[in-house]
Amino acid sequence: MAAEVSSGYAVQMHGITKSFGSFYALTDVDLDVKKGTIHSILGENGAGKSTLMNVLYGLYQADSGRIYINGQEVNIKNPTAAIEHGIGMVHQHFMLVDTFTVTQNIVLGSESTKGGITLDMKKARQAVVDLVEKYGLEVDPDALIRDITVSMQQRVEILKALYRGAETLILDEPTAVLTEQEIDELIQIMKNLVKDGKTIIIITHKLKEIQASSDVCTIIRRGHRIDTVPVRGVSEDELAEKMVGHAVKLVVDKTEAKPGDVVLDIKGLYAKNDQKLDAVKDFNLQVRAGEIVGIAGIDGNGQKELMQAVNNLIPASAGTISISGVEIQNKTPRFGIDQGMSIIPEDRQKEGLVLNFSVYENAILEKYRDPNFNPGFTIDRKKMMDFTEGLILQYDIRPDDCGPKRAGGLSGGNQQKVIIGREIANDPKLLIAIQPTRGLDVGAIETVHKTLIRERDKGVAVLLISYELDEVMNVSDRIAVMYDGHIQQIFKQGTVDNRTLGLLMAGGSYDGE
Amino acid sequence: MLNNILVAIGITLMYSTPLALAGQGSVISEVSGVVNIGIEGMMTIGAFFGTFVGQRTGNPWLGFLCGGLAGAVFGLVHAFASVTCKADQTVTGIAMNLVGPGLALFLCRLFYDGATQSQPVDHKIPTLFPSGMLHGAAKNLNVSWTTIIALLIAVGMWYVFYHTTWGLHIRAVGEHPAAADTLGINVYKVRYLSVIASGFLAGLGGASMTLGVVSQFSPTAISGQGFIAIAAIIFGKWTPHGGYLACLLFGFFTALTVLFGGSVIPVEIISMLPYVATIIILILFVGRASAPKANGVPYEKGSR
Repeated sequence: MAAEVSSGYAVQMHGITKSFGSFYALTDVDLDVKKGTIHSILGENGAGKSTLMNVLYGLYQADSGRIYINGQEVNIKNPTAAIEHGIGMVHQHFMLVDTFTVTQNIVLGSESTKGGITLDMKKARQAVVDLVEKYGLEVDPDALIRDITVSMQQRVEILKALYRGAETLILDEPTAVLTEQEIDELIQIMKNLVKDGKTIIIITHKLKEIQASSDVCTIIRRGHRIDTVPVRGVSEDELAEKMVGHAVKLVVDKTEAKPGDVVLDIKGLYAKNDQKLDAVKDFNLQVRAGEIVGIAGIDGNGQKELMQAVNNLIPASAGTISISGVEIQNKTPRFGIDQGMSIIPEDRQKEGLVLNFSVYENAILEKYRDPNFNPGFTIDRKKMMDFTEGLILQYDIRPDDCGPKRAGGLSGGNQQKVIIGREIANDPKLLIAIQPTRGLDVGAIETVHKTLIRERDKGVAVLLISYELDEVMNVSDRIAVMYDGHIQQIFKQGTVDNRTLGLLMAGGSYDGE
Repeated sequence: MLNNILVAIGITLMYSTPLALAGQGSVISEVSGVVNIGIEGMMTIGAFFGTFVGQRTGNPWLGFLCGGLAGAVFGLVHAFASVTCKADQTVTGIAMNLVGPGLALFLCRLFYDGATQSQPVDHKIPTLFPSGMLHGAAKNLNVSWTTIIALLIAVGMWYVFYHTTWGLHIRAVGEHPAAADTLGINVYKVRYLSVIASGFLAGLGGASMTLGVVSQFSPTAISGQGFIAIAAIIFGKWTPHGGYLACLLFGFFTALTVLFGGSVIPVEIISMLPYVATIIILILFVGRASAPKANGVPYEKGSR
């Protein structure tokens, strides 16, 4: 399987195995990256992509296996050694000091000095300016990191690696934080770098971007290398299947909805944002039992405030929100939950989980009052554990022994599974999901969508809010376009195309059916 | 009038010196990301060893240095607990504050026949000019050399922080240790050295009190100066220069207690001044000041 060791390869990793305790993150993985190519590593959340790259960058030590750079075997025991071997890494969570300037961040750890310890910032700044010009990575060398955009920060990370003489750049999920346009710019930057003889390894689970950027793709699943394929001539469906291990339908399969009684009824709702301005204005929407209503809209059109008002985190300044006829506005979050509302929040790390609590504790965050778990004064730990183990089994939360561990240690997809499992276990009448698939891989997205549809078929009213138009289009039975705090128009699924929706989302009007 | 102003300046400089030294100690530790609430205890142990060595050898400079070293040993313990063992830094700091005065008093009784005060040193740290050289009002400005040392250390710290690789590394480690780690900076080493330096400076601060201001160790020689120094550093936004100036301000409040002592205002009220000022300034500024981001958070490699 592995290619012969040769200087034509920038990086070769042969037979890499890495375990954490009893859990094998990587088993006998081979990776051969040709010089001057863009090589993507595709895999689900938790498949071991990042672990493999962390081994290459010296953050982890492999239990066994060999690494060759330009055909020479090397021992990479820490990031410093990786840097010396011409390997640079741009982490998913940027490693930048907020209060430092761009230049200070770039030179940190390999500063130019006058006489040993005195910083030579003039020389450093010039070196940064030279790099910026050479690769067209426009960024102001004197700006503070906290004042520049995320995509600029990413450029600083790339510059950091180039400043240290990186020949091979590892990008860990570089597009997760970028807008569509910024992604295009990044792909262009990557192509420029390759033209200049650099090699790029990109970790991702977005199939579209692999097609747009890469030459070769290595697929990893549950710590095993599945295949390495040239990207040209491979379809997205094939890649997805290799990644997940079974055929994946990128289009969601579902039957016609059978809507019942109105469950969620929002009438004339107004709510204010942080700046005390009306963010939700005369908002009207009904969601019936057994249907999925999707709210399509561009981020910042009042979706956040709408959800906060429904969840009773901010007051409704006018209008009513009712669940099966019971008004819940301007009460407490608990009141909404008691009426049968479950919410899968937008930010799983801030709103969905207490990261420093165990998975057990997170699983019963809303049920600690339930006499079942809390018979008297103490929590019934046995029941809590049994309940959580049930969720872990049912939702395939990995690793399967995560129960007593910190929720913050789980990968994003598995964190989301914990939340979804917890919310659905409430047996809600109304399930609200906000950006439920953000940052998830194809396999996990499919699970989430299937779960939403399964709940719909059980007769739950489902409200889906997403900034990704494809998701709303695929999953919803009815699509409501939200713009400037209110609903522009509502369509049945299949009666409207992306372009029309895009137009309405941007504030345009549409007169057709 | 001029005389009064010069007296005020002289006393301010005298009382701000222990604060300024300990304050620089607080800055270096906190900026590297380790909360050092144990400054008070480190000052006390420094004050004792400073006097003890100064008194036994007759050499106040040697005493001053040993006061710093005693503080540094405490710094090492604090570093071991908070960096290596990842203990709660506030708790470790409180332990320092309990052990420091306790140990100092114990040793004092041991070496001075059960007395809670040491014998006075024969020679304090000398003043800038030999006595008799200055006349009239100018005499008030004949400050101790420790005051000059404190100023030089503050300037030196400012230079180290903003113009050297060491400073860049210390600040990076306090703001984003993982970033520093991925760039090959040894987070643990930087924090160890910073906390040990912090203890050394706090020890010097304590010794400057008992070798420069008063001339003997007593259990009340250090009474809150460590905490005032920490407050001053917050007020000074965790910078060496801001911290130094804030220490001067707090020294001025202490000077006021001396200046107004014996006036119509009861002495008890006046003595409260530095502490009340500390509380008020903390209430007003602590919320607004932005501490180093990783301050107080133990660094663990590879944690998410």
